[in-house]
Amino acid sequence: MLKREKFIEYMLRFCASLSIIFLFGIAISLFKEGLPIFKVVNPLKFIFGKFWYPTHEPPEFGILPLILASILVTFGAMMVAVPLGVGSAICIAELSPPKIREIIKPMIELLAGIPSVIYGFFGMVVFAPFVQRLFNIPVGLNAFTASCLLGIMALPTITSIAEDAIASVPNEIKEASYALGATKWETITRAVIPSAKSGILTAVILGLGRAIGETMTVLMVAGGAAVIPRSFLQPVRPMTATIAAEMGEAPAGSLHYHALFAISIILFLITLGLNILANYIKEKGYEKI
Amino acid sequence: MKAWSKIVCAGVIFAHMLTWKTAFAGKKSLTLTGSTTVLPIAQLCAEKFMEQHPDVDISVRGGGSGVGIAALIDGTCDIAMASRPMKTKELKSARSKGINPVATVIARDGIAVIVHPSNPLSEITLVQLRDIYTGKISNWKDVGGKSGRIVVISRDVASGTFEVFKKLVLKGAKTRADALMLASNKAVATTVEKTPGAIGYVGLGYVSSKVKALPVDGVEPTKKTVASGEYKLARPLYFYTDGKPKGLAKEFIDFVLSSEGQKIVEEAGFVPVKSNE
Repeated sequence: MLKREKFIEYMLRFCASLSIIFLFGIAISLFKEGLPIFKVVNPLKFIFGKFWYPTHEPPEFGILPLILASILVTFGAMMVAVPLGVGSAICIAELSPPKIREIIKPMIELLAGIPSVIYGFFGMVVFAPFVQRLFNIPVGLNAFTASCLLGIMALPTITSIAEDAIASVPNEIKEASYALGATKWETITRAVIPSAKSGILTAVILGLGRAIGETMTVLMVAGGAAVIPRSFLQPVRPMTATIAAEMGEAPAGSLHYHALFAISIILFLITLGLNILANYIKEKGYEKI
Repeated sequence: MKAWSKIVCAGVIFAHMLTWKTAFAGKKSLTLTGSTTVLPIAQLCAEKFMEQHPDVDISVRGGGSGVGIAALIDGTCDIAMASRPMKTKELKSARSKGINPVATVIARDGIAVIVHPSNPLSEITLVQLRDIYTGKISNWKDVGGKSGRIVVISRDVASGTFEVFKKLVLKGAKTRADALMLASNKAVATTVEKTPGAIGYVGLGYVSSKVKALPVDGVEPTKKTVASGEYKLARPLYFYTDGKPKGLAKEFIDFVLSSEGQKIVEEAGFVPVKSNE
């Protein structure tokens, strides 16, 4: 019997270590396929170059427009998702009666289950023409449209984690606040939110990671023009959309192929950084409480 | 008792595997990989062909012309579907691996220039198209339309359609940096349909009544003008094989080129290479 238990234990350990192996495998292959571009193109020129003409003769590999597009769209998404997400988290955790809470929370989490291609299709056919008429601009596929859709997509992540953080604020804190004569609003803004601060921040950062890595939707609605964005109402081409659109046709082993992997490296480093930051804030928050 | 049942189980599974294997060995198989433009033709033809030859198993995969050609060079497919001729670099790499790619033209595809139905423009020249896509012209009034910004829509730099457009229209020049690069023919058609100031290009099969296809240099983009070679923005679609097609690959290619296969080509929105008379 003991032998059998040992065997099961080893199997489970193996399963757990698999995900680490996958992570390292992915990282290693990314670097292996991406680094060769830097033998030909100066890394600084790659990151700060203003023109992306990968199939032109001679090719130009400047990804600054792509990086700025990703940042712009993600920032825009956060402008939509943070107020809505944190607001609904407060509403669910503090203001609504349990019955309504039981309906709203699963509904918002259901948003996370909608495939991104559906968001993209909706954006392209319904939302983009609406944006075009609303602002009276030449084309509706732009950073603004992409931001709104990404914001809605990041909403479940932010709401769900922020709600957990707010709900786990100890009752003693609230009771103490009420005992001092504070109103409900004062209790929420001055006692509950400050104590749940680190959890809310973690939620925002994870939502940020969700938005920056999203591919299908931005491929369909961001417009795809590789220019340095000057306004929200301009078509842009984020990094993820570039990789998804071009990887299929880039001949394996070509400069274009290595350049796309190099973009992946940069994207990987950004999301890794965001996750580490989220973890750090979470840990720090626990230490305080 | 328990041990017995295990042995029986294992026996049953083993027997199944044996029959399974023989079932597979009895089937001849053919793999096609490559261009998503050619894919619908190959898919429809494969279905028809397998109906007539139940002992044949054909699998058709997309991925793009580049992927298909790479697969042919690596020996992981029998036929590579391509919407462009092979590049010198690809030919070199094939030769170095002892592969001798042979092209068979199975259909033709016209690229139609489309604008919003409300656009008053009734035709366009190759030179005007080139100036619009390279950024020399940015206002509709410069090509004889109503004053307003031209929203330039292109396919992704990696697509076969873009490469043909680049070769035939841009003649090697760069597309303007602020052109919208979209990921599929369908996306270009939908965007032009919803954007009054837009101009775009799609495969002939994607032209609908919701967009306006412009005659180029005075020639209407139709199946007839593409087949006759009058319409300039057209390209052949290829099946690449290693050496002259033989065996099952030859049978399949012959089927695609037969009047039945060419009818499928036409139904899929492309132009047949052989007339059906």
